[in-house]
Amino acid sequence: MYDFTYTKPSSIPAAVQALGADIEAKALAGGQTFIPVLKQRLNKPSAIVDLADLGLRGIAADDKTITIGAMTTHHQIETSEDIKRMLPGLAKMASWIGDTQVRHRGTMGGSLANNDPSACYPAAVLALNATIHTDHRSIAADDFFQGMFTTALEPGELITAIEFPIAEKTSYEKFRNPASRYAMVGVFVAKTAAGVRVAVTGAGQGGVFRHTAMEQALSANFSADAITGITTPSDGLNGDIHASPEYRAHLIGVMARRAVAAA
Amino acid sequence: MGFEGIGASVRRKEDHRFLSGNGNYTDDINRPGQLYAVIRRADRPHARLLSIDTAAAAAASGVIAVYTGADMQADGIGGVPCGWQIHNKDGSPMAEPPHPVLATGKVRHVGDPVAVVIASSKQEAKNAAELLSIDYDDLPAIASVRDAVAPGAPLVHDDVANNVCFDWHIGDKAIVDAAFAQAAHVVELDLTNNRLVPNALETRSAIGDFDRSSGEFTLYTTSQNPHVIRLLMGAFVLHIPEHKLRVVAPDVGGGFGSKIFHYAEEAIVTWAAGKLHRPVKWTCDRSEAFMSDAHGRDCYSKAAMAVDAQGKFLALRVSTLSNMGAYLSTFAPAVPTYLSATLLAGVYTTPAIYAEVKAVFTHTVPVDAYRGAGRPEATYILERLVDVIAHDTGLDRLAIRRLNFIPKDAFPYQTPVALNYDSGDYEATLKAALAAANWDGFPARRRAAAARGKLRGIGMSTYVEACGIAPSKLVGQLGARAGLYEVANIRVHPTGSVTVFTGTHSHGQGHETTFAQLVSDQLGVPVDMVDVVHGDTSKIPFGMGTYGSRSLAVGGSAMVKAMDKVIAKGKKIAAHLMEASVEDIEFKDGRFSVAGTDKSKALAEISLAAYVPHNYPIEELEPGLDETAFYDPKNFTFPGGCHICEVEIDRDTGTVSVVNMVAADDVGRVINPMIVEGQVQGGLAQGIGQALMENAVYDSEAQLVTGSFMDYQMPRAHDFPPMITSTETTLCTHNPLGSKGVGETGAIGCPPSVINAVVDALRDYNVRHLDMPATPQKIWSLIQANQPRMAAE
Repeated sequence: MYDFTYTKPSSIPAAVQALGADIEAKALAGGQTFIPVLKQRLNKPSAIVDLADLGLRGIAADDKTITIGAMTTHHQIETSEDIKRMLPGLAKMASWIGDTQVRHRGTMGGSLANNDPSACYPAAVLALNATIHTDHRSIAADDFFQGMFTTALEPGELITAIEFPIAEKTSYEKFRNPASRYAMVGVFVAKTAAGVRVAVTGAGQGGVFRHTAMEQALSANFSADAITGITTPSDGLNGDIHASPEYRAHLIGVMARRAVAAA
Repeated sequence: MGFEGIGASVRRKEDHRFLSGNGNYTDDINRPGQLYAVIRRADRPHARLLSIDTAAAAAASGVIAVYTGADMQADGIGGVPCGWQIHNKDGSPMAEPPHPVLATGKVRHVGDPVAVVIASSKQEAKNAAELLSIDYDDLPAIASVRDAVAPGAPLVHDDVANNVCFDWHIGDKAIVDAAFAQAAHVVELDLTNNRLVPNALETRSAIGDFDRSSGEFTLYTTSQNPHVIRLLMGAFVLHIPEHKLRVVAPDVGGGFGSKIFHYAEEAIVTWAAGKLHRPVKWTCDRSEAFMSDAHGRDCYSKAAMAVDAQGKFLALRVSTLSNMGAYLSTFAPAVPTYLSATLLAGVYTTPAIYAEVKAVFTHTVPVDAYRGAGRPEATYILERLVDVIAHDTGLDRLAIRRLNFIPKDAFPYQTPVALNYDSGDYEATLKAALAAANWDGFPARRRAAAARGKLRGIGMSTYVEACGIAPSKLVGQLGARAGLYEVANIRVHPTGSVTVFTGTHSHGQGHETTFAQLVSDQLGVPVDMVDVVHGDTSKIPFGMGTYGSRSLAVGGSAMVKAMDKVIAKGKKIAAHLMEASVEDIEFKDGRFSVAGTDKSKALAEISLAAYVPHNYPIEELEPGLDETAFYDPKNFTFPGGCHICEVEIDRDTGTVSVVNMVAADDVGRVINPMIVEGQVQGGLAQGIGQALMENAVYDSEAQLVTGSFMDYQMPRAHDFPPMITSTETTLCTHNPLGSKGVGETGAIGCPPSVINAVVDALRDYNVRHLDMPATPQKIWSLIQANQPRMAAE
């Protein structure tokens, strides 16, 4: 990696200031994507602002919401009794990310800010229409994801927490990229007071997206049979050596049916 | 101390060192005043090198030197040599274009080394390497063998027409053609053997060192054969005589063939150390390894078998295009020819075989031996072909194999493609595997799987391979530019402990234990009193290294020969000490005794007398008990066996799960059954990896698409089922141990058993063949394209 300066501020304003003061500064959350990128010299930040001491770790639940601090690790999420009980699909999702080492370092906030098109969390956040809290505002999931590696975050803006509504049913199924084990196709299904939502990650050229045809069918009848006949157009889906757009379109159907059946 | 001789599962002596972080790998070594080399590599597959501006890099912080191909040329440095020369059908030698250490004139593959920056730290060297300004004139490029031989294809080397390195053949074409004309069935199959990236856990590393007082160079390197590197690099590249060049290969973390070869980086650091009078270290990054370690396999074959009405094989014809990459790596020409086509008889009595191989240059990383080296390719062709014969003719795949087996009383068996098998019993390993896999119970398991919505298939592969490479005179006739004997020095110390110096090299195989057991067994010394030393040309008399599963069959035989000399000398000393005739001295369990008496002396007493020769036949016998033997094998060895794979396919996604893997192998005499089991498991893992997962992909412009683990699928532990392994032994008849070799059997026998199982699982979808790797996408596409046979009926 290239040389950079390193700071570890102990308050959110100090972190925001450090990031705002230098346009080439980058925030470090769990580092499970960012550090490999640095090691391969694919990014050359002037400064690294480590978010570990901002007090953003932890999970709080009440009878309507679960709020997850941005620096909460995948391991904390997969093992949280509140999340396992109230949003089991999210706990399962977290348990399938990377390996044990990654899950002890990687964070939900870091993953969402990066918005990798094959990351898992965007599917849960969008399907549940969670609210992204930042250092100075709140953003609905519907407005947050703006395409591959692109979000509504302004330069220097920090995610502080993600607030999920409690759902009646949640479920996630993932077909892993055979090499990287990221989501080649991941489908999150959520049934909440606001209705049924289906979000697909890993497949779309623009990152996570909602599958409205399936949402309508499931709103009428929440069962795998209800979506058996629904196909997904391959236009706009990713194609690579592991999966053509057509194969991904097919897998969306398979993963969605399995997710619904398991919900 | 329990039994720890031949046949005991002694725990590996070396494992504590490895597992506790106390191994000493090349990158662990740091020499005083050491500098760091970083290599700038071509980021494009084919281009003219117009200019390299080194000024900014040379002026950067910490930089000591920047060198290009022109600097090496000016010093008279030779190209990287090839160790095997193949001849064309017309008798002319293969094309052997120059392989400069650092590119000159042109770059020919992504990863081709262009310049080296040497600095006080690796970070500074990396920073400076980015400041090199290289002006290229891009040229069209090809990556696949079929593109390379197409008319008008861009040439990799201007003077190698049609990119053909050689066009070689073996066997009698006229007899084969005649048999085809008479055959009841002719079954044809085209298949591709996928390209693999070796990916040893330890990436390559090299340190060059130069001692100004002695004028001696030392190269520390991740090598499977330090003496071969000394010979190739010293004699052909840097022109350093052997007595001034020491090559050390310390602990090495996996090789699989990729660390046999002499690589440019070894020459670069040694040469630079001599110029700078400072040690120079280079350690490969993982992404750099993907584009600079020699790849494996990558060939395309058209095969056809002539079969009579009963299923008896009459003749086999195989035509192969084999990818050499951009330059000839050390043993590359031998792999598709003498290590592959000569195995096309397999375990069958096919009376006539004709094989031709066109080796082809492409704009890709050089391709060379990878675990199995040629034999997996031959086995894949043959064992897929047998199943396709069953598919096309309706004959039973098991019955066809049995009908064509070389019977156990037919050995020694001369094949029509040069090899002479000394021993084997293919029915024995087949029976063992069928029983372990419960072959007969498969239909019930298939029905049960179908009830769960899964497609279940079973497949087998019955194989033979050639190890213990090899008689020097024979391989010399076949084009090897080296002898392939092995060397052992057995040093019995004064108090009776033993050090074994071997020319083989262990990079994970457990030699320190196996060889200690062998010595323990023969000399009656506890395993703890035997140490094995390898990997240092200054300690070991000579050696050819470890590859081709040769270490025990050839290296172990050299040890036996050296121990025979120790025992013979010991008998003379014992006869003197016990006032008996040499003819009356017997040696057993570590004691020399006088036949028919209770007089005896322990080995330690004899060795003490040998080194403290106060009472010693000094007039007739030199002091000391230290013997060296060079052993040249009389033939290859021929391990064989049967592998059976059982898979389940998720028809919704195309995902294959290996649910059972059985290997029954004949590896000759087994020294340590636990180590043998581990070797077989590792080989099977690589075999399953090749069959289902691994694939090095170049795009049509010869860019490497799978340049990291993000795209190259390495097998993981959870991809494998428990493996059921066993051995059925027939002894090798021509070496003193009866051992055949086990390092590669898994990777050789397994892949076709997996594909045969996958095709069997898809039998209702009218699938005749699919190429490796059988990825989910490929299988899903086949399922989509083919209506189930049941539905069509």
